[in-house]
Parts: sequence; C-alpha cells; structure tokens
Amino acid sequence: MSTEKKEREPLFSTKNVKLLTAPLNLSNPITVQVLGICSALAVTAKLMPAIVMSISVMVVLAASNVVIALLRKGIPPRIRIIVQLVVIATMVILVDQVLKAFVYDVSKQLSVFVGLIITNCIIMGRLEAFAMSNKPWPAFLDGIGNALGYGLILVIIAFFRELLGSGTLFDIRIIPQGFYDFGYVNNGLMILPPMALITVGVIIWIQRYYTRELIEEN
Amino acid sequence: MYTNGYIFRYAAILVIIAAALLSLAAVLLKPFQEKNIAIEKMGGILASADVEGVETKNTIQFFNEYVVEELVVDKEGNAESYKDTDGKMEDGPAFKIDMKKELYKKSKGEAFHLPVYIINKNGESIYILPLRGVGLWGPIWGNIALKNDLNTVVGVTFDHKGETPGLGAEITTTAFCEQFIGKTLFNDDGSFMSIMVVKGGAAKLPQNMQIHGVDAISGGTITSNGVNDMIKDVLTAYLPFIQKQRAQ
Repeated sequence: MSTEKKEREPLFSTKNVKLLTAPLNLSNPITVQVLGICSALAVTAKLMPAIVMSISVMVVLAASNVVIALLRKGIPPRIRIIVQLVVIATMVILVDQVLKAFVYDVSKQLSVFVGLIITNCIIMGRLEAFAMSNKPWPAFLDGIGNALGYGLILVIIAFFRELLGSGTLFDIRIIPQGFYDFGYVNNGLMILPPMALITVGVIIWIQRYYTRELIEEN
Repeated sequence: MYTNGYIFRYAAILVIIAAALLSLAAVLLKPFQEKNIAIEKMGGILASADVEGVETKNTIQFFNEYVVEELVVDKEGNAESYKDTDGKMEDGPAFKIDMKKELYKKSKGEAFHLPVYIINKNGESIYILPLRGVGLWGPIWGNIALKNDLNTVVGVTFDHKGETPGLGAEITTTAFCEQFIGKTLFNDDGSFMSIMVVKGGAAKLPQNMQIHGVDAISGGTITSNGVNDMIKDVLTAYLPFIQKQRAQ
C-alpha cells in the first residue's frame, strides 16, 4: 500500500481491528459513553432516516478524523477546538448538500438533524481524544468503528420503533392486514421520543447483562 | 510554541480552503437541488388537486400529463395562456414565476404577475393558485385548488420552512388540509370572504359564515393566523382574475 513510508504494523493488525470492533460493544458511543443521544432519539422513528443518518455520521466522522490526524502536528493547540469545528462543519455542510441533491425526501425528513451532526458529541469527542494523537489510518478506522457503533444502536432502535409504531419496515407493511382486522393497533407511543429513550435503556440493560466487564464493582 | 502570527496564518488558510470547498460543492450540486425543488413544487400542485399515484419518480411525467394549461395573471386580472402541444408544461412561463418576488412587487404597488395552473381531471378543469405567506419562524407556502366555478375548494396543500413540529408544522397534515375541501370563497351575494382559519374552531362563526371557515391548530396560533392571512392576501391579488372568470 504505502510507497513513501513502510508501515510498522499491518493495516489490519489486532490493535487496528480493535479500533473497529470495540465501539460496537465495550466502548459503544451511545450505550456506554452515552454520547449522541439527542440524534438517536430524533431520527429513529423509521429505519430509512436512521440508516441515512448513520451513514452521514460515518462519512463526517471518518473524514474529519483523517483530516485532523493529517493536520495534527501543525494545529496550534490554542485554536485546536476551532480547527476541529471548522473541519467538522465543512464536512457536515458537504454531506447536507449531497443529501439535498440526491436523496431529497430523506433530507427533508432529517431536516435540521443533518446540520446538527456538527454538535454530535461523538465527533468532537473522537477528534479530541483520538485523531489529535494518532496517524490517519488508525484515525480512519476509529471513525468508522465509532460510527458503526452509533449506527448499530440507531438501527436497532429504529427497527423496533418502526415495526411496533407503524407496523412497517422501510415503509413496507410487515404486520399483515389480518392482525388489524382482529383489532391489533399500532403503538403510537413508539413513534414519540420517550419510547426511543426507553428503548435505549432496554438495549443498555441487555448489553450489560451479557457484558460483565461493563458492570461497576460496587 | 506557536507564534501568534502562525496561528493567524493557519486559521486564515484553513478557512479559505474550507470556503473554497463549500462554494465549489454548492455550485456543482445546485442543478440537482433545483430539480428536486421543482419536483416538490409540481408534487404540491398535483396534490392540491388530489391527483392520485404521484411519486417522486413520476412527478414530472404526471405534471406534464395533467396540467393542460398555464396562465400568467396580471394585476388587472388579464390572463396570458400557455399551452404546449409537446406536453412540456414544466418549461411554461407560469412555472418559472417566483411567488416571493411577485408578492413583494405587489406590496410595493408595482405591476406583478402570478401563475395559475389548470389541471384536467376526469374531464373537469381545476384551477390551482399557489400561495405564499409568513408563519411563525419563516415562510409558509402552498396551493389552493378551485373548481371551475372559481369558488369551491377542491383541495389545499401547505408546506413550511421551519414551523414548530407538532404545533405550527401540523398545517401540512391531511387532517388540517381536508377541512378546506368543499369550502367556498364567495358568499351568496358574490362578495369575497376568503377562507378563515378560526382559533377555537369554525363552529364559533355565525351559521352562514361556517362555509368560509376552518379550525385553527391548537398551540399553533401564529402559524394558523399566517395561513389565514396568506390565503386572504394572495387570493386578493388574484381577485381581479377570479372575478373576470366568474363573470364569463
């Protein structure tokens, strides 16, 4: 791969693979670090916006991580937060423009939440904690990994909210009409943000039940 | 340590690069975005006349199929007709009119031109007049579809830039819009009554006025008033045209 410098470790060394997999469970941005909750509640009423949101966050996070990792030696520490914000804001606006141009309907559904990726704590958190002190490739993997962890939770929440709240998945009817004829009713509460929060709670509960490392000592 | 000079230079270069990137993206993506906005506008026009089966993919095709005539109406109510035999109504002069600019001209007392779309649905002509006004946080707009008596409402659509979700933003819901169906703009004497969006419910109006009123949205007073004023103001601008057509 590399022409100028020789990588000391292979591209997918154990350490690097860990950057990808750890955020899926042990250091999940939503369920363990409890970051990015706001958008997790807002865009998960349907699967489609949740997936588009996850992909947008992934693009923004991976790209900003790489850019910051490339610039990291030149960034004056006194204005590093401003530099990070400029990079994030640029990426977010680019993503927003691309969504408006090619998936207009979804972009309308996501409305302000694409713009609000700028304030998603996961992104600044990763830039400050990881990209500022690592090389571009690990930073890229870290970005993808954290966005996957974020997206995984979003998709799980959206799956249950759309299935129970609207009886559909990707707007395709899943619960047969016969159920409704027998008096089955969609749970309207699932569409509302409170149930998203409760779903996050249930996911954290299940995750902690199976992952003993996460349980505090006392 | 980094000197102040370095910090300023660094910040300046970074910002210039970011600005250049964003401008480039905005210019390159503009045609695609404008096409989406045009499709949305067509979708609104078709939806107000309750044309069924319209999806994002086939909107342009449906628009060209259903819209049989476009009119450009001036201050005195004279209409200039545009019909295209090739079925390319999207290129018509009425579709290119910017409501915002024309209504601004009207507010300054200058000459203005407003679009009217005529849809042929099951052999009946439906007149569609676009609307534009102000809500609580930003612009609101929509379309009102009238029967060929230019009095009875066939349907309406509304959209908004950023009204409060769950309150003002409810103007886009079918529950709000379907109230307008069957309401009339003129009373028995033929004087213009507009359609009133009534806080507390249309039932509060006197019996003979209820045909001109719909219920406002609870908690969305300013947006509701905005819809009320929008219908009244824009239709007043169309009034000479409507009167002329009704007289014929």
